[in-house]
Amino acid sequence: MKILRLIPALLLVAGLSFTSCKPKDADVKASIEKSLKENPSTAGVLVMVNEGVATLSGEVADPAAQAALEASVKAMKGVKSVTNNTTVTPPPPPSPAPVEFATSDVLTQAVKDATKDFAGVTAAVVDGVVTLTGEIKKDQLPKLMMALNSLKPKKIENKLTIK
Amino acid sequence: MALQDKYQAITNAATAAGVSNLQVREQDGVLYIDGTAPSGAVKDQLWDVYGQVDPNFTSGDLILNVNVAMDAAVTHVKVVTDSSNLNIRKGPGTDQPIVGKAAKDEIITLVSRSNDQWWLVRTADGEEGYSYAQYLEPVQ
Repeated sequence: MKILRLIPALLLVAGLSFTSCKPKDADVKASIEKSLKENPSTAGVLVMVNEGVATLSGEVADPAAQAALEASVKAMKGVKSVTNNTTVTPPPPPSPAPVEFATSDVLTQAVKDATKDFAGVTAAVVDGVVTLTGEIKKDQLPKLMMALNSLKPKKIENKLTIK
Repeated sequence: MALQDKYQAITNAATAAGVSNLQVREQDGVLYIDGTAPSGAVKDQLWDVYGQVDPNFTSGDLILNVNVAMDAAVTHVKVVTDSSNLNIRKGPGTDQPIVGKAAKDEIITLVSRSNDQWWLVRTADGEEGYSYAQYLEPVQ
């Protein structure tokens, strides 16, 4: 009679020992997420695990990364199969280097040199902006502007009267 | 992109004429076109186009900084002032004392071009100093 009472307990122990071989979905998900985070190229990938089937979503940089990701997740413990729903989104191109401007002292002197031979022209330099006032003959204007444009100013405000 | 569109004609002309190291960048409402032109004629051509897009250069939204490639083999330059003599100064700046003069059309020796705006030159009389590059034309 005592043995019969033990049967449920035995079944329970047997049941428990079988389930401990198969990781829980939540644990599998956690360990996949940990490895995804460790790699900057997969940081944007999301994973769900149901009955050992891992479903991946989110963005990767290129098809090679997409395939490598699938292979590595498939090899992880507790993963029966992988459904790869990630999309390939190439990263944006690097932005160009910002424009360099002449320092204030250098620019002020350089503008003075450039305008010296243009009698009616007055130039003021403030924070990289060259403001031209006065007057100039139309055929002289391109020469002056060519000289000023090579001095690395931020901006040239032409308020000259063109004769 | 609006400024790049406005001055598209300049960028196209620059590319077609073989301007190297061409950079077209927009910053704080101004477009900056930088590059090296293979010759003075190409630089002039780009300025002609600029003058058509923005007559009298009054928009204030472009800095066209395309300079002519420096040919290392040039040893002499011609003085191309409008009519007057060209001052040769002790240092690179109009505040520097004058140490000599060269006449219009005179050909003088180019000693060095380390400064973009002021070149070190020497006349036949041995006067050596800096002259404003805008008035000097390389002689082949």
